[in-house]
Amino acid sequence: MDAESLLLSLELASGSGQGLSPDRRASLLTSLLLVKRDYRYDRVLFWGRILGLVADYYIAQGLSEDQLAPRKTLYSLNCMEWSLLPPATEEMMAQTSVVKGRFMGDPSHEYEHTELQKIKEGGKVFEEEVVVQIKEETRLVSIIDQIDKAVAIIPRGALFKTPFGPVHVNRTFEGLSLSEAKKLSSYFHFREPVQLKNKTLLEKADLDPSLDFMDSLEHDIPKGSWSIQMERGNALVVLRSLLWPGLTFFHAPRTKNCGYIYVGTGEKNIDLPFML
Amino acid sequence: MGDPPPDPEPPSQPPSSRRSSQVSQRRGLELSRPQPAFPEEAEQIPLDANLQGWSLGANPTQQENLTMFQAEEAQLGGVEYPSPNMGFPSELQPQLYLEEGGIQATQNAGLMLQQLQRGQSNLFQQLESAYLETQPDLLGQFNMYQRDDLQFSQHGPYLRDDPTLQFSPSELGFTPFTLEVPEPEPLQLAVQNAKAYLLQTSVSCSLSLYEHLVNLLTKILNQRPEDPLSILESQKALFLRSGGGEGQQEMEEEVAETAVPNVMETAFYLEQAGVGLSSDESFRIFMALKQLVEQQPVHPCRFWGKILGLSRSYLVAEVSFREGEEEGEEEEAEEMMEGGEGMDAPDEEEGEEDEAKDTDVTPKPMWKPPPVIPREESRSGTNKYLYFVCNEPGRPWTRLPPVTPPQILPARPRVARQQSNERTPVNWGRGGLSSQGCFPSTYLYVVGMWPDLPPPDLQGRCTWVNPLQKIEEEEELGEEEEKADEGMEGVEQEVGPPLLTPLSEDAEIMHMSPWTTRLSCSLCPQYSVAVVRSNLWPGAYAYASGKKFENIYIGWGHKSSPENFNPPLPAPGQQEDPNTPEILEMSDPTVEEEQALKAAQEQALAAAEEEEEDEEEDEEEDLDD
Repeated sequence: MDAESLLLSLELASGSGQGLSPDRRASLLTSLLLVKRDYRYDRVLFWGRILGLVADYYIAQGLSEDQLAPRKTLYSLNCMEWSLLPPATEEMMAQTSVVKGRFMGDPSHEYEHTELQKIKEGGKVFEEEVVVQIKEETRLVSIIDQIDKAVAIIPRGALFKTPFGPVHVNRTFEGLSLSEAKKLSSYFHFREPVQLKNKTLLEKADLDPSLDFMDSLEHDIPKGSWSIQMERGNALVVLRSLLWPGLTFFHAPRTKNCGYIYVGTGEKNIDLPFML
Repeated sequence: MGDPPPDPEPPSQPPSSRRSSQVSQRRGLELSRPQPAFPEEAEQIPLDANLQGWSLGANPTQQENLTMFQAEEAQLGGVEYPSPNMGFPSELQPQLYLEEGGIQATQNAGLMLQQLQRGQSNLFQQLESAYLETQPDLLGQFNMYQRDDLQFSQHGPYLRDDPTLQFSPSELGFTPFTLEVPEPEPLQLAVQNAKAYLLQTSVSCSLSLYEHLVNLLTKILNQRPEDPLSILESQKALFLRSGGGEGQQEMEEEVAETAVPNVMETAFYLEQAGVGLSSDESFRIFMALKQLVEQQPVHPCRFWGKILGLSRSYLVAEVSFREGEEEGEEEEAEEMMEGGEGMDAPDEEEGEEDEAKDTDVTPKPMWKPPPVIPREESRSGTNKYLYFVCNEPGRPWTRLPPVTPPQILPARPRVARQQSNERTPVNWGRGGLSSQGCFPSTYLYVVGMWPDLPPPDLQGRCTWVNPLQKIEEEEELGEEEEKADEGMEGVEQEVGPPLLTPLSEDAEIMHMSPWTTRLSCSLCPQYSVAVVRSNLWPGAYAYASGKKFENIYIGWGHKSSPENFNPPLPAPGQQEDPNTPEILEMSDPTVEEEQALKAAQEQALAAAEEEEEDEEEDEEEDLDD
């Protein structure tokens, strides 16, 4: 959610039951403003909160002018001091995919994972058990990246693509209409498109290249991993992800208010196909 | 009663002046009043004996109260003089009463009550004397006047609160002369009615409002607190708790109002903890609960939480019915079930008879359904609370059926996601609610407080039922039961955790404690709220602040498990029947074998024929010779 409209966004997203306490809100209002000034971001998003056993991580993201460019992620333990996280790499993702369980809440905590590694010594190849240490910071980075790639969404029309390439915020976006808001096809993944090229030419002909340049939620796998609800008697549409429980996207139809927040344990719900 | 009141007019003039100078010259009036009043009252006695007696009874008390007001003004602060009537000299009181009898009655009744509130303990004794014994009252008043003189002659009319210093009832009981029994005047009647009303004992205990007020004011005057009015409120509360019958009707009104929980307060504390719905949503829920309480006779009521669903979410309210006000729908359902079970039994018997006649007995299945564990009575155990759900605040509340053990047991390892249409069966939801709600691991109670608790959830109900008992009942059905018995012997009793176990003893999940505790704000710990978050049921929160605490659940309704779900493996392949000679197949003879057999048979036949021919030839040869 945008840091500019933090209070309103928090209230709209409160239907999932998780929010922020007043002291955190007060700290966020000022500290995010400072972050924006210090790092010279175009937009700062309050991404959410990852619940750990000992402490919680508060995550913020900074965007530059191009909305689809890689985002900078910051984390904080007390909503006042923010530290920059390194960008995610493939190696990190592979490494942290073996770590399971809850976050500890301590960024210097290290997970231990034993794995068999093939070591060549002389002419022989034999396996040895090696204990690999994985830092929690690394895990944090990769989880945030996964969540972003999987379930960060934005309504159709909120961003537009210029002919030169960069993606900008659409200032003329007045919100989705009520009928559009109930359809999954009106929402896009907030990331570089992956499945767009698989569409047939017929389908592509109907698309508007300046608005429909991202993947929509319709073809997400597993099917049914999104729950759409109208709250407050059709005044608010809320999308909740079942794959990453804790992600809530809200949008007030016919207004500009939209955003998403993740408040959860940072664990993927792998059993989802059995649940549906 | 014929003598008119003496000097009606002359005394009417001075009272206006006296009225004006009432405040300033109160003490002078009081001192002077007793003497001239004394002879006049003696004359006025026969006229309106009781009326005056009552008024006289009121006057000295009023006068005394005035003195006490002045003396205690510093303490009581802001004492209003009830009405100008109190300043009137006693001579005029009866006249005014005669003129405006009814109004005066109510006004004086109001005065009395005002004085009650002002905390004059001696008032009651005087009132008592005034009410109970009208005849000795008059003399008692004279006695009181005399006592007044004595006391006023002391330095300062400040009357201490020690009742023994006041007029003891023994003195008032002195009746030197008898008076006629007075006819009840409307004023007197009103007064008697008022006192009778105050004296009526409440339903719950033996104290009456009257007695309670006496106790209350005595206590206040004994303790002399700083701010008596606010202490009065709290004392009232203490008296209520100690079983006082004070204002039983007020109590009932309060109780009816508090059936709805203070949702806003809970929402405030939960917001401090960072949990919960927004404040206007909480207010809507508050209104919806109020609507529920008005429609159904539920008390008390509690907002349990919100269960998120796919298309719509559920708001859940936990209620418990008042006794004897439950609907009879459940009983009907039970009867239907019992009827169905009764039908099954004779069917089984018939089937057995038929099979016994059959020579070719098909093997009977060994599986017997587990004995039906009866569901618990309502308002006990897992069904202690009833749950109402609605989709949005403002929609009608739907009642969930009481949970049965078969619903809870399979609900334990459930994986289905909650659909949210109201038409879908809510058995999952109900089983989930009770298994969540009844697990002590999801309820947090502040140590030292022991409210009404839902008991632990074991075996689907809260008291363990011996399944072996059930089997004994079914033994009549047939011999197969014996085999079933052997299978069931190994059932161990499920022991549930006792109520209110401390959280630290909860079982760990994979080296992780099942609860996470936080302070809501680390910057000022003395004002912050303690928050406990469940790791086993993500979404279950509890807060505690001082003596206030509350639990809530907002989430999907799933337990978090560190293990991923594995679908159950298929059952192992069953064994074939052992190859007994009876069912062993024989291979059919081939064509060659058949021909060989045929040839062998023909040879044997031919050999037999030759032998016969040889024998016949031998016989013929024998005959020829």
